[in-house]
Amino acid sequence: MNRIEQTFQLLTKTGRKAFVPYLMAGDGGLDCLADRLTLLEKFGASAIEVGVPFSDPVADGSAIQMAGIRALKNGTTLRGIIKKIAEARKQIHVPIILMTYLNPVYAYGIDAFIFDIQEAGIDGCIIPDLPMEEEDIIAPKLHEVNIEFIRLATPTTPLDRIKQIAGKGRGFLYTVTVKGITGERSEFAHDLYAFLKQVKEVSSIPVLAGFGISNQEQIAEIVEYCDGVVVGSKIVDLFASSRLRELEQLVSIFHSKSNPF
Amino acid sequence: MSTYTLPNEKGHFGIFGGRYVPETLMKAVVELETAYKEAKDDPDFQSEFRRLLTEYAGRETPLYFAQNLTKYAGGANIYLKREDLNHTGAHKINNAIGQALLAVRMGKKKIVAETGAGQHGVATATVSALLNLDCIIFMGEEDIKRQALNVFRMELLGAKVVSVTSGSATLKDAVNEALRYWVANVDDTHYLLGSVMGPHPFPMIVRDFQSVIGQETRDQFKAAKGRLPDALVACIGGGSNSIGMFYPFIEEEAVRLYGIEAAGKGIDTPFHAASLTKGKPGVLHGALMYLLQDQDGQIQEAHSLSAGLDYPGVGPEHSYLKEIGRAEYHSITDQEALEAFQLLSKHEGIIPALESAHAVAFAVQLAAKMNADQNIVVCLSGRGDKDVDAVKARLERGLES
Ligand SMILES: Cc1ncc(COP(=O)(O)O)c(C=O)c1O
Repeated sequence: MNRIEQTFQLLTKTGRKAFVPYLMAGDGGLDCLADRLTLLEKFGASAIEVGVPFSDPVADGSAIQMAGIRALKNGTTLRGIIKKIAEARKQIHVPIILMTYLNPVYAYGIDAFIFDIQEAGIDGCIIPDLPMEEEDIIAPKLHEVNIEFIRLATPTTPLDRIKQIAGKGRGFLYTVTVKGITGERSEFAHDLYAFLKQVKEVSSIPVLAGFGISNQEQIAEIVEYCDGVVVGSKIVDLFASSRLRELEQLVSIFHSKSNPF
Repeated sequence: MSTYTLPNEKGHFGIFGGRYVPETLMKAVVELETAYKEAKDDPDFQSEFRRLLTEYAGRETPLYFAQNLTKYAGGANIYLKREDLNHTGAHKINNAIGQALLAVRMGKKKIVAETGAGQHGVATATVSALLNLDCIIFMGEEDIKRQALNVFRMELLGAKVVSVTSGSATLKDAVNEALRYWVANVDDTHYLLGSVMGPHPFPMIVRDFQSVIGQETRDQFKAAKGRLPDALVACIGGGSNSIGMFYPFIEEEAVRLYGIEAAGKGIDTPFHAASLTKGKPGVLHGALMYLLQDQDGQIQEAHSLSAGLDYPGVGPEHSYLKEIGRAEYHSITDQEALEAFQLLSKHEGIIPALESAHAVAFAVQLAAKMNADQNIVVCLSGRGDKDVDAVKARLERGLES
C-alpha cells in the first residue's frame, strides 16, 4: 500500500484531521531541506508537500513566487531536490508529495523522473498545470509504480467533473478553496463550506482543502467540512522569517491538547 | 479537398498544443471552445465579424507590389500585404474584434489581455471601447518604458494598464499575470489572448480570426497574377500574423512558408528570441510548444529590439509545422531589422513596425536568391510609428560608438 493511503487510513481510524504543510525546496538553500522536513514531521505534519521552484508559476501568488525566485537564485534544480529527498528519506516517515509545474518534469524526461522519484521514496505528485485532459502524459505511469497522482478540484469545477476527478483519484482530492491563486486570504467566499460539503459528498477518497489558508481559526472552521488542510504560503513565510515557534503552533494544531480535533 | 484538419478535438497539433492549465480555468476554456464552435457556424456572428473588419478596421488591406524594394533586392518580386494599414496599425485588430464579439456572445463584460509591444493592448482597448467592455491590460515594466506612447493610447481608450515587474518584466511575465488575473476573475472575464499561443482553443481561434490575412492575399494575388505566390514571409512573436498568412496556403505544397524569428544580438549569444531555431519542446502558458529554456526546464528570457517578438515560445501550430517540415524558420538580428526598417522607409515610403522589419530583411535576402519570375509576399504586420523613438535613440547611440 502507498504511504499516503496508509496515512489516511490511520487518520480515519483515530478520527484525526490531516495537516499537510507545503514548503519551497531550495528556499534558504537546498542543504536545509532535510532539516525542515524533519522539523515539520516532528511538529506533527501528516504528510509534506515539497514545492519545486519554476520560473513561471502561474497558479501561485507572491509568497510562493518570491520563494521560488530565491530558490532558483540558489541554483536549486529538480534533480538536486530529488537527490536531497532520497538522502533524507531514511529519517522521514510521513508521505512526501512533490508539487511541481509540468515543464521541469518534461525537461527531466518523464520516464527518468518517475524512476528517480520512486528510488527517492516520493509518494505522490501534484502538477497544478496538468488537468485531467492532459494527465495521460504521466498519470498512468505513476500509477504503475504506485505513486499517487493527486488531482485538484476547484470552485469553478462543475459537479459532474468533480465526480469524474474524484473517481479517478487515489490518495486524496486536493480541493482548492478559492477562485484564484495561492496566497493568504483574510476571508473566504461565503459559499465555500457548501462547496466543500458537496465535494465531500461525491468523493470516495479523503478531501483536503488548500489555497489561502493561513491561521488556526480558518482551519478550525474548514475542517468541519473536510478531512484536512494544506497550508502553503504561510509556512513558506514562517520558514523564510525563521518564526519556528509560530510554525510549531500551526503545524501541531491537530495534536495539541487544547484543541478539540 | 481539405486534409489538414488540425488541431484535433483535444487541441493537439501532433504532440504540441493542448490545455495545460490550472483546473480553475478548465471550465472557462471548455466554455470558450463551445461558444466558438457555435459562433463559427452562426452566419449572424460571421457577418458581424466581417462587417466590423470592413467598416471599422478598414479591410481588405491592399496587396502592394514593392517595385523599388524588388529592384533593390535584385531577384524575385516582393509584395507587401499591408496589415499596417489596419485601424490601430497592425494585424492585432483582426483577432481583437473576433474575440471581443465572442466575449459579448458569452455574456462576459470584462476583458483582460497581455501586451508586449502594446499593439495587442491597443487593439484590445479599442474594441473594448467600441463594444463597451471593461478592459485591463497587463504589460511588462520594460515594455512600458519601450512603448510609452502605446500605454497612453490604451489609457486614452479607457483601459487600465497594469505594470508587471515580475521575472523579466516583458511579454512572458505579462501573460503570467493575465493568467493569474483570469484565474481569479474567470466568472465575468474573458481573456483576450493576443497570439496563437496559450491553451486550446486559443491557438485555433486566433488563427481562424487572423487567417483573413492569407485568404485575402490568396484572392488578391490570384486576381493580379492568375496564380499563387512562390513564397510567403512573416515575422514570428507568438506566431499570429504568420499563421494567419500561412494557414490558407498550408495545403498548397508549392508555396514555401518562411517564419522569421528575432535573432536579437545573434542566435549564438544568450540574447535572442529564436524559440524554434534554438529552443526545445516544453510547456508554458497552457501549451506544449518550442521554448527557450535551460536544461532544468526553467524558461529563459527572450531578447529582441522589438517588444512584439520578445517571447520565449512560439505557438503550437508553428512548432508542428516545423516538426513536419511544412514551414521553414529563420532568424534576423536586431541590426538587420534596423537596416530593413530604414530601407523600407527610404525606398518605399513605408515605415514598418520593427517586428515586420524582420520579415522585410529576410525577404530581401530571399528574393536575391530567387528568379525574377518568382513572387514573394511579405506580411507587413504593422506600422512603425510606435518604434520611431526607440529607433532614433538606437541610431544616435550607434553613431556615437
Ligand atoms: C506589428 C507586430 N507584428 C508582429 C507581432 C508579433 O506577434 P505575432 O507573432 O503573434 O504576429 C506583434 C506583436 O506585438 C506586432 O505588434
